[in-house]
Order: sequence, then structure tokens, then C-alpha cells
Amino acid sequence: MALLEIRNVTRRFGEFTAVDDVSLDIEAGEFFTLLGPSGCGKTTLLRMIAGFDAPDAGRIALDGRNMSGIAPERRSIHTVFQSYALFPHMTVADNIAFPLRMSQVTPQQIARRVEEALEDVRLTGMGKRYPNELSGGQKQRVAVARALINRPKLLLLDEPLAALDAKLKESVQLELIGLQREIGITFVYVTHDQSEALALAHRIAVMNHGRVEQVDEPSKIYGFPKNRFVADFIGQCNLLDGEVKSVDTERMTLSLTGLGDVEAINAENDAAGTKGVLALRPEKVAIARALPAQTGFNRFAGRVFDFLYLGDVTVYIVELPGGARVEALLPNSAAGRARFFEPGDEVQVGWRYDAGHFLND
Amino acid sequence: MEKLWRKWLIGGPPLVYLVVFFAIPTLIMVVASFRNPGEFGGLAPLLFRDETGRHLDLTVENYVRFFSDALYLRLFFKSLLYAAITALTCLIVSYPLALLIARSPKKYRDIMVLLVILPFWSNFLIRVYAWIIILGPQSVFVGALNGFLGFFGVEPITLLYSPFAVLVGMVYVHLPFMVLPLYANLEKHDPALLDAAQDLGASSWQRFWRVTFPLSLPGVYAGSALVFIPAFGMFAIPDLLGGTEGIMIGNVIKQQFLDSRDWPFGSVLSIVLTAMAVLLAAAGAWYARRARE
Repeated sequence: MALLEIRNVTRRFGEFTAVDDVSLDIEAGEFFTLLGPSGCGKTTLLRMIAGFDAPDAGRIALDGRNMSGIAPERRSIHTVFQSYALFPHMTVADNIAFPLRMSQVTPQQIARRVEEALEDVRLTGMGKRYPNELSGGQKQRVAVARALINRPKLLLLDEPLAALDAKLKESVQLELIGLQREIGITFVYVTHDQSEALALAHRIAVMNHGRVEQVDEPSKIYGFPKNRFVADFIGQCNLLDGEVKSVDTERMTLSLTGLGDVEAINAENDAAGTKGVLALRPEKVAIARALPAQTGFNRFAGRVFDFLYLGDVTVYIVELPGGARVEALLPNSAAGRARFFEPGDEVQVGWRYDAGHFLND
Repeated sequence: MEKLWRKWLIGGPPLVYLVVFFAIPTLIMVVASFRNPGEFGGLAPLLFRDETGRHLDLTVENYVRFFSDALYLRLFFKSLLYAAITALTCLIVSYPLALLIARSPKKYRDIMVLLVILPFWSNFLIRVYAWIIILGPQSVFVGALNGFLGFFGVEPITLLYSPFAVLVGMVYVHLPFMVLPLYANLEKHDPALLDAAQDLGASSWQRFWRVTFPLSLPGVYAGSALVFIPAFGMFAIPDLLGGTEGIMIGNVIKQQFLDSRDWPFGSVLSIVLTAMAVLLAAAGAWYARRARE
């Protein structure tokens, strides 16, 4: 039995359906992420798990027990809010001790456990400070320590790193992973940042318009997106429209708009004529002045239209004669040179037949 | 340099106003407290002539009289007590109201605040007269109350011309001064803090006592000061509603100036009143600043 069972949960606000028949199982000890764009329902779902909102249909059960009607203060679920919501009139130590004070723990016990909590998040000695004296990263750690101190069954995190700068985000992400593994508490983490989700989670649920599009490990979500939305939302992806031309046992031929015929892997035995999109990651597309011809390798000539310099890599947008544009990624491994190709250069792009996969609409 | 004259241009007139109409009168009163009363009331001339020449006619007699008669000190403490009770009652009554307004949907808040301020559109004295009618022996309210008490064999009680009536009047008049600072503070509270407290296990009483109330303390202090200090020196309400039992120090000061015409002694009482109020306000501010650190 999963720790948290979400079954057919729906939540509507007037005409707008925020959460649409969502079912998820979250296992004990895992770092589970709800990923999706703004308005996809992830925060609404989180609030229902915490108890601040109730589903219009469906049920949420923690450890087999239906949470319906149980107030937030009586659930063994704590939340780290996006704004941290630290009590400004209390010291760091008092903030962290707050949940313990609500449940009648003796003062000596409280002092000891607060000390331990401060050590866990690497804030030893900061107990007497006030929240307005802390940096963003420190506040975030206090919020986490406060939510974990009485070892809830589930910790909910609502985009807790949104306010931090990129460098700090990275180090805090690593800390969070370490903390979660060490303490073992189940995390349900909400974010719209897909690279964050890929880095942190054991499993990701990608959400869009209130529905769950795909639930899987990060590498499977990235490598095998189930539909156009997931492919597009996670990482960079070429989405080349077309239809199935013919199907073989292992391979199939697709006719792609503005491009022509390509060979692809036959994963789902779609019938000829099925419309869809070929999802192809730019790092799987080779780009060179000339590429060798090989079997099972789709190769096209084109012209560099534009490029995106990202420091460690450059993404080239290559326009093919048919009108389609394909993105190819090339690491900038040669020190000193910003890029290899200029707009207007004649190049060849190519990919193995099993590099991308076809998603039917 | 050139900015400085502009600051004087803007700040100058109010400063002059304050000096002429506040600092100088206060100074006059301080000097007056050391003078002798005039023959037919008022003040005796400041300078007098005798064999040795012209001298200043000053004395500490008035202060001696004040401190040697326990009556006046008792009256001061009685006024302090009334002001404190008024402030406390205002706080207890105003807090739920301020909380209600702060937590109402935005579109209703302005109307509710307007309703709280509305009494100020009418005259202060007339509002006090209204209480004379409500608490008077012929009012419907008192009649019903006494009828109810009569069932239990209790003697009819008079509400008017008593300390009770004074307190009722003072609380009534000062309520908006407590509601508004409280509301201004409560309205700014971050609702996420209450969500966080609830999420971490706090019941609704705990959320109030450990989050809302501590955060509202600056508003509590501000409102209390705005009620306590005027209430301390009130004389119109004790005069109209208090009868003989309800007099406060303000009444005695008025009586000294207008009836006994003993201006020097009246000045002594005024200065002691002002000094006490300033000391209390300063102590309150010091305490509030300390509590914040």
C-alpha cells in the first residue's frame, strides 16, 4: 500500500476545473515531484493533500486512512511554503520549535531537538537570530527544519527554491536531496522548473490543465515522453509533425512535413496514416559540414538559420529545404571558440533511426 | 545650502505656530504654578514693589498644598484607574471588531471602517447627552433592566450619575481610537503565517494567541495610548454623567480655573497631569521598543 493514495481527485472553481480526475500513488521514502506550468493544478493538488482545500470528488488517503474532513492541523503532513512563512516575531529557534510546542513536548526536549534540527540543516548557532536577519537560503533552511522537526509522514514543498538565484539553487538542491535521503521522509515537491524536477526527484508526475500526463522516473520522462506536451515541456525537443507512411516489424517510415521521409523505431505499431509528431532531442542530432551515410541513419542537408549559445553547448537551428527546422546541439568543447557554425553555413544534420520516437496524437 | 532656506520656508510656519500656541502657553502655565492667586481670582502681578525694590512674586506654596493634601493624589490615581479601565475595555470590545473588519472581503472593509468613524460626524457632547437619556431613570433600557431585576427581588439600580456611567461614556467615545490602529495593524498580517501555523499543528486559539496577537501588539499599544491619555484628563464626560462620585482630575482642574479662580493651583494640577501623561507615554514607548528587540 502506498503511503499517499490519491484516487480520482477532482476540484472545480466555478467553470474552471483545476484538478481533473487525478490518481497518484506516492511511496514511502520517495522524493516525488509534481511538475507543470503555472495553472496546471499542482498547487491546488498540494493544498488538498495538506488539508487546506477539499476535493469535489475522489479521495486522498494517508497510510490507508481517508483524510477527508481531517483539518490541516491534525494531519501528519507539513508544508514548506514558497514564501517560507517564518514567524517574524519569533527567533529561528522558536520558529523551529513551534510544532513541538503545539504538541506538548517538554522544554528540555524541545531545546535538544531544536539543536539537532539546526545541525541537520547546517544552521548551528543561528538559533537566536530573527528571520529578517537571514538570507534567502537560510530562511529556506529554517522553513525546512521547522517542517521536519516532528517527523511528519509527508513533507510538502511548494516551489521552495523559486526565490533563490541559480548558484544558490544548485547547492540547496543538493542539500535537499541529501537531507531527504538521510531523514527518509517522503517529499512531495511542486515546481514548474523542469531541470529542477529532473535533478531532485525519484519520480515525476507531469501535469497540464489539471490532468497528469505522465508519471515516471526522470530519465524515462526525458527519454520516453508519452505525448507532445511532455516532450515539449521537458528539456529542449524537436517536434516534427508528420504521419506514418509504412510499418515494419522493428522500424517504420514516417513522412514528416517540410522534411521528407525518415526511418524511425516502431514502438507502438501505429497503423499507416496515423498522424503524430516525432520527438527528437537536439543532443541526438548530429551536425557537421558533411556526415557519413549509414544505414539506419537519417541525414539531411540544410542551412544554419540561427543558434543559441548556452556557454557549455550551442544549439543550432538548421533550416531544411522542405521548410522544416531542426535543432541540433553541439558541445563547445574547443576552448576559446564560441561556436563552430555561422548563420548561413551549409551543413548536414542527421540522427539514428532510434534516436527519437513517434508520438501519435 | 540653498535647500536649507526652503526647508525653513516649509517647516518654519508650523514651528512658529507650535511655539506660539503650544510652547509659550505651556511656559506661561509653568510660571503661573509658581505665582500667587490674585485678589479676585486669576493671577497676582508677577512683579511687586516693596522697600527693597522690585521683586518677583513667586512661591512654592501651590506645590506644597498639592502634595500635602492626599485628596488630590487620590484623585489622580482614581483618574489613572478610570483611564486604564477604559483602555482595557476598549481593547476587549474593539479587538474582535477590528479582526472582523480586517478579515472581511476587501469590498466590505471600507464601508465597515466608515461605519466605525460615522459617530465623529456628529457632535461629541450630543453623543454624551444621548447616554444621559439611555442611562437615565426614565429610559426604556433602565426600566426593563429594573423590571427584570425586580423579579429576583433586587432593588432598582440607578445607572446614571455614577462611575459606571462615566466609564460607559468614555469607552463609547474612545472606541474608534482603538479600532482604527488595531485594524490598520491587523489588515497587514500575512495570511500565509496563519496557514503555516495551522499546517504545523496550531488550533484556532493557538493561532490567535501565538501568531495574530503578538503581531498585533504595536497596534494594541498605539490604540491604548490613544485612549488612555485623553481619557486620563477627561472632564466633560465625568461632568455630565458622573454625578459626585464620578469626578476625575479634569473636573477639579476646570473647577479651579473657572469656579475657584485659583489659577496657580489649577496650573499645578495641569502640570502634574501633563507630566504624568508624558511619563506614561514615554514608559510605554520605551517598553514597546524593548519588546521589539
